[in-house]
Amino acid sequence: MAKLSEKDVLHVAKLARLDIGDKELPILQNQLSEVVDFVGQLSEVNTDDVEPTSQTTGLENVLRIDEVAPKNCLSQEEALSGTDKTYNGYFVVGRVIKK
Amino acid sequence: METPLTIEETHKGLIGKKFSAVELVDSYLSQIKAKDGKLNSFLTVSDEVAYEQAKSTDKAVKELGKDAVETHPLLGVVVAFKDLFLTNGIRTTASSKVLESYVPAYSATVVKRLGDAGTITLGKTNCDAWAHGASGENSDFGPTKNPWNTEYVPGGSSSGSATAVAANLSLISTGTDTGGSIRQPANFCGVVGLKPTYGAVSRYGIVAMASSLDSIGHFTRTVGDSEKVFQVTKGADEYDSTAKDFPFDAPKIKPHLKLGIPKEYFVEGLDREQEKAVLDAAQVFKKMGVELVDISLPHTKYAISVYYIVQPAEVSSNLGRYDGIRFGNPRASFGAEAKRRIMLGTYVLSAGYYDAYYLKAMKVRSKIIQDFSIAFENVDAILAPVSPTPPFKLGEKAANPLQMYLADILTVSANVAGLPGLAMPFGFNSKGLPLGFQLMGPRFSEDVLFALGKEFEKETEYKPKVAMS
Repeated sequence: MAKLSEKDVLHVAKLARLDIGDKELPILQNQLSEVVDFVGQLSEVNTDDVEPTSQTTGLENVLRIDEVAPKNCLSQEEALSGTDKTYNGYFVVGRVIKK
Repeated sequence: METPLTIEETHKGLIGKKFSAVELVDSYLSQIKAKDGKLNSFLTVSDEVAYEQAKSTDKAVKELGKDAVETHPLLGVVVAFKDLFLTNGIRTTASSKVLESYVPAYSATVVKRLGDAGTITLGKTNCDAWAHGASGENSDFGPTKNPWNTEYVPGGSSSGSATAVAANLSLISTGTDTGGSIRQPANFCGVVGLKPTYGAVSRYGIVAMASSLDSIGHFTRTVGDSEKVFQVTKGADEYDSTAKDFPFDAPKIKPHLKLGIPKEYFVEGLDREQEKAVLDAAQVFKKMGVELVDISLPHTKYAISVYYIVQPAEVSSNLGRYDGIRFGNPRASFGAEAKRRIMLGTYVLSAGYYDAYYLKAMKVRSKIIQDFSIAFENVDAILAPVSPTPPFKLGEKAANPLQMYLADILTVSANVAGLPGLAMPFGFNSKGLPLGFQLMGPRFSEDVLFALGKEFEKETEYKPKVAMS
């Protein structure tokens, strides 16, 4: 049923910000189609009147006071320690708006 | 020196001055040097940190004598962390090229708790990249080998952690279990693996895979040691709002226990020797006075499909943060399996498919949970095989993702339902590879599982074996 087209695969890759090579495309198309077909077996389970589960231990909203706790914060130096692309204590990012 | 095999032996040796913690570290590091070239279980060996911690261990023993183990229940216990656990100042890669040179500025709660209890950090272990896999072959830094026969996989995704304990390159190690990633490699390597109840152990500071399924556990050589480690790692954590303390009504150990055997786990295609190990284990439990009850978990066969919808969906969301800007390399560094799962997850969450896949999976998830709830009205725990097959050869399933996914078929239910699972070794098959079984229980029933496991070890006069010794 749910065979993914090349277009589907490219669309999903775009949504996920992944670049897919020409050679990868047919392989991924096959592999993803196979898995999506397989998990399609769930359509045979009757789930009328069944509530979906997203959390298993029954926790409800866990709240805390909205205060900054300095011990829970990284210093600026620590926060920047993962990259060498910094400028004046800021991260440098690529251009996202066309000139 | 003879390297200790349990926490108790470690403590006896340290307190009785048979060896110092520095000598202990010497011994483990020389084992790693001698064996790990063949196994590839470590990605980083943190010898400087290890010696520093060993020196403070020796100081504590000198100053406090045997009281040192009262204040530090895991004093001198060497630990290897799956490379998903953030370790302040020690490189953490998730076995992915994306994080090839990432050095965290803080540690996971579990890393901190273990350190505070006296452990010594030996290093970081190899795994399937981002914990995606059931064989260890998806690591971007080469596969880990099974220490009982290096032509075979050690299981995954916590491949290096299981291997390190099996070959006694570390006394204990940590792992994450999202769909079986602790229990299955424990089974393949012949060690004890605990997947705790969802939320029993903090996930803070551990690279997230699928947030509604991730469970943080560990590998040891005995059930008693597994319990000792769990006593330290469990409990609420202000940094992870899903982590909670054991409820006061958590299942208790009773004199008369009932063990359910679910018929759906003895599926067609289940390896004969794996099956026999579980059935033999059942007879041991029966001899111990545990009542065996045949049970049914009718939605078991759908668990793998629920898992391969919910898990990739959450993976695609969790791996969205890796943009190569604040840390790590750009997204082009993702390996094939991570790409597959991100795309699968993005697909099932995308417009037009959400209801048919993701919402449907969350509903079937409720049905699976209900199966367990009904079963646990009548039994205290469930006995089942861990893996449908024994360890397979490297490369055997690598070309077919769906076949590899089906390796999780007997472990994912516990994750889908948030239940604890304890994988225990029990003998070897005709090829000399480990066999075993898993015990699953209601949420927060770890005490019951440990009691059953310890009694089982006593009944079978279990003596830990070390691979490659």
